[in-house]
Amino acid sequence: MTDIKKVAVIGSGVMGSGIAAQVANAGIEVLLMDIVPEGSENRNAGADGAIAKLLKTKPAPLMHKRNVKLIHAGNLEDDLGQLSDCDWIIEVIVERLDIKQALYQKIQAHRKQDSIVSSNTSTLPLQMLTEGQSPEFNKDFMITHFFNPPRYMRLLEIVIGKDTDPKQEKRVREFVDIKLGKSIVDCNDTPGFIANRIGTYWLHAAVSSAVKQGIGVEEADAVLSRPAGVPKTGVFGLVDLVGLDLMPYLLKSFDDALADEDPFKALGEMPALVTTMIEDGYTGRKGKGGFYRLNSGSGAKIKEVIDLQSGSYSKARNPKVKAALSAKKGGLKTLLSHDSKEGKYAWDVLAGTLSYAASLVPEIADNIELVDRAMKLGYNWKKGPFELIDELGTDWFIEKLETKQLPVPKILSMADGRSFYREKHGQLQYLSVEGDYKDVQRPAGVLLLADVKRKSKRMFGNSQASVWDLGDGVACLEFHSKMNSLNPLIISVLSKANKVLPKQHFKGMVIYNEGTNFSVGANILMLLVAAKLHLGFAMRWILRQGQFTFRDMKYGSLPVVGAPSGMALGGGCEILLHCNALEAHAETYIGLVEAGVGIVPGWGGCKEMLLRGMNSKKLKKGPMPAVSNAFETLATAKVSTSAQEARDLLFLNETDGIVMNRDRVLASAKARVLSMSEDYVPAEPPIVKLPGETAIAALDLAIKGFAKTGMASPHDVTIAGELSKVLSGNGTDMKDVDMNDELDEDYILKLERDAIVHLSATKQTKARISHMLSKGKPLRN
Amino acid sequence: MKNVVIAAYVRSPFTLAYKGALAKVRPDELAAQVVKGLITKTGVDPELIEDLILGCAFPEAEQGFNMARLVTFLADLPRTVAGTTVNRFCGSSMQSIHMAAGAIQMNAGEAFICAGVESMSRVPMVGFNPMPHPELYKNYPQAYMGMGDTAENLAEKYQISREQQDTFAMESHKKASSAKEAGKFKDEIIPIDSGQGIVEEDGCIRPGTDMETLAGLKPAFDQNGSVTAGTSSPLTDGASATLICSEEFAKQHNLDILAKINAIAVSGCLPEIMGIGPVDSSNKALQRAGLNIEDMAVIELNEAFSSQSLAVLQDLKPDLNIVNIDGGAIALGHPLGATGSRITGKAAALLHRVEGKYALATQCIGGGQGIATVLERV
Repeated sequence: MTDIKKVAVIGSGVMGSGIAAQVANAGIEVLLMDIVPEGSENRNAGADGAIAKLLKTKPAPLMHKRNVKLIHAGNLEDDLGQLSDCDWIIEVIVERLDIKQALYQKIQAHRKQDSIVSSNTSTLPLQMLTEGQSPEFNKDFMITHFFNPPRYMRLLEIVIGKDTDPKQEKRVREFVDIKLGKSIVDCNDTPGFIANRIGTYWLHAAVSSAVKQGIGVEEADAVLSRPAGVPKTGVFGLVDLVGLDLMPYLLKSFDDALADEDPFKALGEMPALVTTMIEDGYTGRKGKGGFYRLNSGSGAKIKEVIDLQSGSYSKARNPKVKAALSAKKGGLKTLLSHDSKEGKYAWDVLAGTLSYAASLVPEIADNIELVDRAMKLGYNWKKGPFELIDELGTDWFIEKLETKQLPVPKILSMADGRSFYREKHGQLQYLSVEGDYKDVQRPAGVLLLADVKRKSKRMFGNSQASVWDLGDGVACLEFHSKMNSLNPLIISVLSKANKVLPKQHFKGMVIYNEGTNFSVGANILMLLVAAKLHLGFAMRWILRQGQFTFRDMKYGSLPVVGAPSGMALGGGCEILLHCNALEAHAETYIGLVEAGVGIVPGWGGCKEMLLRGMNSKKLKKGPMPAVSNAFETLATAKVSTSAQEARDLLFLNETDGIVMNRDRVLASAKARVLSMSEDYVPAEPPIVKLPGETAIAALDLAIKGFAKTGMASPHDVTIAGELSKVLSGNGTDMKDVDMNDELDEDYILKLERDAIVHLSATKQTKARISHMLSKGKPLRN
Repeated sequence: MKNVVIAAYVRSPFTLAYKGALAKVRPDELAAQVVKGLITKTGVDPELIEDLILGCAFPEAEQGFNMARLVTFLADLPRTVAGTTVNRFCGSSMQSIHMAAGAIQMNAGEAFICAGVESMSRVPMVGFNPMPHPELYKNYPQAYMGMGDTAENLAEKYQISREQQDTFAMESHKKASSAKEAGKFKDEIIPIDSGQGIVEEDGCIRPGTDMETLAGLKPAFDQNGSVTAGTSSPLTDGASATLICSEEFAKQHNLDILAKINAIAVSGCLPEIMGIGPVDSSNKALQRAGLNIEDMAVIELNEAFSSQSLAVLQDLKPDLNIVNIDGGAIALGHPLGATGSRITGKAAALLHRVEGKYALATQCIGGGQGIATVLERV
């Protein structure tokens, strides 16, 4: 494993402290340094302030609050000596060549032999940074460019110098990939590297063209977001997020660095309106607002949007833009051909950006796949520029460019009707700059289900879920329903897997998918229908099917490893709770949120949380702590904000793994299955003892308190009451349980079913489910 | 009958639960350091101590086993000193004084250490395994009623406004912070080694507390109510101890005599207005002492809540200037098991400062009780 045990980050601004936080998230000690502020008594005020801010910033840069303890503050006058303990020193200071070079001299004087130095510069080429530095320095130097916020953005652009020692390069690559969980994209040593070069062009083109062509902010965002696979914040929303004041700085650096004939320069200067906005404090979300602002003058917060011509704000209208609507059916091509001013605008911005990106290969990157990956991971585009061109068709795009008498980039002409990507014998390939197809390479140890699927036929499945053979005797259950919500069809595939895989001599199974979210929960529409038609028996059947299938999986002869990433809520959480081990992506958000839709977990979630509480070393002993803990977690529908936090909530066991790199989750899970499968002995179902009615009384005290303080609504009280019946072991229809009675798991499962049937019969629960289905958020009734 | 006297009173600093300087100190350890401090301060020969009677409201987990006996070991008391842990919720350590007084008058010992402790950081209120009797809870839920709710009930019953409650809390902080500034707690505080340093100052007092801040707080127990975190005693870690002995023993061993215990009483009341408990218990104790409230020079009334204290004061009608002279639990904190011996010891010590004759120490108790002690300077 990595031999990088301590890292120094110099510069404690937003990026520096964010990088330090991600290093700490990986469990590595980090020294965060900054200059000594003038007149400050605390010589570490810079870094200390940044560290304190890490605990308050949203979205949280730290995966767990305790990680902050791994970050130590220092300053550049008193603490340079501490650099000699650091294996990797990351410079994240102001983008001034002279200041950076002077700092490198100081670093060189104090760092230990074989330590690595890198710069997080986003604009300055490596060649300039290393000029005049010693050969000893240059062999250990490279550029490692993180994206903001470093915890959440998966891209790391790397620039390797001609003098960089391959051994040092390898150390950084391994650390960044495995420990920090970033996907590395190799860039050539050109201004702005890949993502910002194309991304800034895109943002600048979008803003300046909208001003010039009289397109409204909301109209622009409507056509540039979803139809092009860009997050719904759109372009103007994104500029608000990153800060308008960053724009002039970025534009100037490109203006200085790029040749006059670069198409970037043809976009012209930043619109005057943007300058005025910055001067007036409208720097985006961090300031008074930006292109959008929240006006809370009249009490309620009202979203307002700026008029790009007059500079005045008015209420956001969320307009229906025909060009954008047309793309819903006809795709991007329809949008770019749409005969409207928004259609023309979309063409100008997007075709310009795609064309610009195409013209930059191989200048900025050796191949197109690097460019696509950089834009997807650094700017959250769903598809990279070349994938978008493939969606349009290379022929179509060339023809359109020619019709409009626009230059056709060389690589596009070379494609000559061929797509930029193709599949051959199940292998994904890209069109190289030499004109032939090359295999898309994954880093060693990366296993993607998408690659497996290209190469193999699914073993079995249906429209909602499939089982794949990962090789080496490991199967993979994949959900592919809408938002990966769980339903009886998925359960039936799992049920089949439980029966079939042992017979086919499999060693175990992984539950995994490559959706944004592992699963958003059970399909609650079914529940609503059953509730409305008073089909209690149907509800019980669905519940039993899930409960017993999960139970059979848990106690089956093969080990099953859950491998979640993103949200794993409700039923999605329950299936994980029944896995024999988890290998969770660090960015996993787990929770049993059933209370939000008016029910309690009904696929064994209550039961599993009780069992986890009883086995947890973190909880106090006695009949109540497991019950109280499960009650608090479920009644308040707690969701972890990371896999590390999920451990505190007992959704992850101490022995479950956390994988930092999204692309390594499947490989880790497969390896876990293989290691568990040697001499695998299924667990024995436990005997459970529950406190009975006394727990209902104890929890009722808490519920009444929440109700009185207004923290629980009337229906929250009803749900919590039903939940307390399940967790106490004393459901309405059951006999009184004594704390020394020996119960089995099925006993608790019946209580879950009873509670759901009772709750579903209430109009408030039906209203909660309907509200969630129509509005996508919980109703508090 | 023998006269029973309070020969000494000490306590640890009182600090906020969870975030205070004593949050990481085990309660048995905290109590032991205070008991040791009492022995050192008085110079009493520990061989002569009959029993360590230790009050604690939630005697489980680190406050479990028979903590009093364990504290005798931790405090290096001779093995001949016995130990018993007493629970009367907030009245626990005043009860320990009453038990010693009774024993002395029964000729069942001459000298007792009467102490109390609560780490509300380490053993939460209601403990880790609250298991109410289901039938009782159903038929008589007030038996388990939360303390905040009882404070709301008194506010309503006695028509105590939010402003009156805030004013009372602000006064408590004012009195406590000026007493702290004037060094008036120095004599009673035993510095505690927390393992991370020596803790010698109280941590709950907020000197700058003003009406505006208090008025800005949301109700803590009932969204339509008036009791806030600012008008409730905070969750606190702390310990206290008194040396209770016969007058003869004190004189024989050259101990100070802070006060004689004149009369004691406990009483019951409705659990839903448990805060009114001090009224009956005080009246009983005063009657037993043959005294009136007007005879008192010092009153220590535990401030569980502003509304509760104000309700008691409405009924007892004492001279308000003699109540909680150095501030009360709203400012100082209320480590449940430790408060009784603090206020009793404090009342005795204050009798000397004000050169008064009689003092009353009294407190309310969850579940609906009161406890009171009448003291006399001799």
